[in-house]
Amino acid sequence: MYVAVKGGEVAIDAAHAWLAEARRGDTALPELSTAQIEQQMTLAVDRVMAEGSCYDRGLAALALKQARGDSIEAAFLLRAYRTTLTRFGHAAPLDTAAMGITRRISATYKDLPGGQVLGPTFDYTHRLLDFALVAEGMAPADVPERAADEAAIPRVSELLAREGLMQREAAAEAEPSDLTREPLTFPADRSARLQNLARGDEGFLLGLGYSTQRGYGNAHPFVGEIRQGGVMVEFTPPELGFAIEIGEIDVTECQMVNQFHGSLTEPPQFTRGYGLVFGSGERKSMAMALVDRALRAQELGEDITAPAQSAEFVLYHSDNVEATGFVEHLKLPHYVDFQSELENIRAMRASVTKAAE
Amino acid sequence: MEAGYNFAYLDEATKRMIRRAILKAVAIPGHQIPFGAREMPLPYGWGTGGIQVTASIIGPEDTLKVIDQGADDTTNAISIRRFFARVADVATTERTAEATIIQTRHRIPEAPLREDQILVYQVPMPEPLFRLEPRIAETKRMHALADYGLMHTKLYEDIARLGRIGTAYNYPVMVNDRYLMSPSPIPAFDNPKMDRMPALQLFGAGREKRIYAVPPYTPVRSLDFEDHPFRAIRAPHACTLCGSAASYLDEVVTNDQGGRVYVCSDTDFCRAEQEKAA
Amino acid sequence: MSALQPGFDEPVLDAQASFRAVLEAMSRPGRIIQITAEAPGPAPLNTAAAAVLLTLADAETPVWSDAGPEVAEWLGFHAGCAFTRAIANARFVLATGEVPALSAFDAGTEEEPQSSATLIIQVESLVAGKGWRLRGPGIEAEHRLDVVGLPGDFVAQWQAQRARFPRGVDVLLCAGDQLAALPRSVTIEES
Repeated sequence: MYVAVKGGEVAIDAAHAWLAEARRGDTALPELSTAQIEQQMTLAVDRVMAEGSCYDRGLAALALKQARGDSIEAAFLLRAYRTTLTRFGHAAPLDTAAMGITRRISATYKDLPGGQVLGPTFDYTHRLLDFALVAEGMAPADVPERAADEAAIPRVSELLAREGLMQREAAAEAEPSDLTREPLTFPADRSARLQNLARGDEGFLLGLGYSTQRGYGNAHPFVGEIRQGGVMVEFTPPELGFAIEIGEIDVTECQMVNQFHGSLTEPPQFTRGYGLVFGSGERKSMAMALVDRALRAQELGEDITAPAQSAEFVLYHSDNVEATGFVEHLKLPHYVDFQSELENIRAMRASVTKAAE
Repeated sequence: MEAGYNFAYLDEATKRMIRRAILKAVAIPGHQIPFGAREMPLPYGWGTGGIQVTASIIGPEDTLKVIDQGADDTTNAISIRRFFARVADVATTERTAEATIIQTRHRIPEAPLREDQILVYQVPMPEPLFRLEPRIAETKRMHALADYGLMHTKLYEDIARLGRIGTAYNYPVMVNDRYLMSPSPIPAFDNPKMDRMPALQLFGAGREKRIYAVPPYTPVRSLDFEDHPFRAIRAPHACTLCGSAASYLDEVVTNDQGGRVYVCSDTDFCRAEQEKAA
Repeated sequence: MSALQPGFDEPVLDAQASFRAVLEAMSRPGRIIQITAEAPGPAPLNTAAAAVLLTLADAETPVWSDAGPEVAEWLGFHAGCAFTRAIANARFVLATGEVPALSAFDAGTEEEPQSSATLIIQVESLVAGKGWRLRGPGIEAEHRLDVVGLPGDFVAQWQAQRARFPRGVDVLLCAGDQLAALPRSVTIEES
């Protein structure tokens, strides 16, 4: 006699207990603290803040710990938390020209005001596993002191714009889009596109950005400038009526300089691809800047021939919390639909067999 | 109830936004309403749209039933039912007749629903045309013009190639003779139940951020052709447990020698049938 | 100025109950639904209209109202309502006096018919079982509804808008603590 399978409730509880055990690992080893994650897994924390769309290092570290180090799961945890927070309004645009620089690179000029600042980069490390890190308790070597820049360091894009060579962005009067409140619509304006990309999956943007360099989208990019460091966030509470500083956040900004041949109304000039990411997200900011520029194809009268130029394709598939949910939902039971397919295909095979007889 | 969260998890402003979308959806049967879907604490694709709809309509007086594949005991149904018991402290039931709100994934209960019930569908892809035209800007235009030639052509090509319509689930329907609608991935077997159903039917797609509705007693017609009428498909067997020869069946593999038994997908219906027989 | 009257007694649960009443009304056009929550808005607001606005309107939905400053103040305080004087921009319309022409309001577009206005019209009375014959989605065969307090050409206006479906406004008729809905999908025949 067949007996229907039950016991889903018990199975779920057992799975959660097992998950907690697997998360903790060998209890003979000390437990990892969220403070350690925050301080020593900084780039993982940055990525979770960027894709989780919430600037809070402590919560991002907690999310990473809870997610066993899975950055997409951690971003999901952070998003589900942030969505319950009250939205007070939007901040004033960040003034990245006034950034307290920790890294600043330009590929377009050998030297320029403010200079090139390598900062804490992997760029020129030889990728040899450093077995010394296996040993614990080693203090890092002292970092040479750097004189703090008194004056703000001008942005490369601004140097070009003053010469009329770089297209200036129109100042937006309207309130910027907020995709966490209103669904994406098309044509999507630049603020919606940039918000989507800033929250988007680093791997997805990296692949798309890369594709534009290989002929899928015909980009001719130069890194005008990458800068990292702290910027002030200003907000105007309606009851005050003037802006107040509410804190400092670390961001990475990338401005790509791209050719533009001009149109009937505009002379040839450079155009901008823009990337801005929470924390030290250099790879992502660069990929974002490439994709942002590719998505401007329509506005700049360029042919849309490549995936990275298709706004619907890019913006609907960039979000890793959405993507992971839908890809992974395939493991949920589908046996009702599969049963219909079974009956359908059996009937079709039967009619083919009958016809052959 | 879970401390620190509002009744039914969503904040009141979000509920208002979703409620407004639901009312417009009811006023324009079958038309997809974009809404500002929130990020829920359950994954996208796992019922976040249905959950947001349920959270926006549910109250302390309600009794909630959640099914996945027709069954109350499937893990995702349990998870969603627990969520609402936790954040809204509502009564839950496994009995279709006792429920005022039924949230479902992939099935419509076998027992006819009543006027005092609301059926909430979890929808993965709300756009019925997405396999034929993935660009939403395009499909929006087609709905505006009621231009559904693409879908008719697809079904006709199926018939020419396969001798029958190749769609066995998520079978497209016309609502009130105006909008082409995805019934969500229910088996085509369930489609006729949607037609002129006394209960209100609400559809929520969280990841795709769309809500749509079929008001009570609204004509819902599965697309077909005169010479190839719509056929509801079910396994041609009787349920091993209750003996029903009319319900939708799951095929269960019992061994690797070709052994199969068939049991009702709707576990509450099956229980009721077994009790009747006993 | 008199002290501001209270809003919903229990904002979360009263809004939920009122929403279900509106949903029921919208799902079954012409059926008269009772509002159970107390919503003591200032005159000339009736209970049903007050409950509907507290439940659905907020800062995101500009309201056009003919009900005067006290009502505006009350809605602004309890619901955070934004108001507009441009009739075509209104998401919600509160008509307590003369009802403006249906065609004056935003009817949405062919692609986005959902962006249309919702009209909350206060009427003298709603009676079931006689009057108009309503047919359409939500109605098994026919609903009868007698409305006192609408302009004489309302049905003619409705028929004109019905021809533009899916564009059109949706109407909530409020009398005392009762309401009945006319979603744009319904057809009205005068008896």
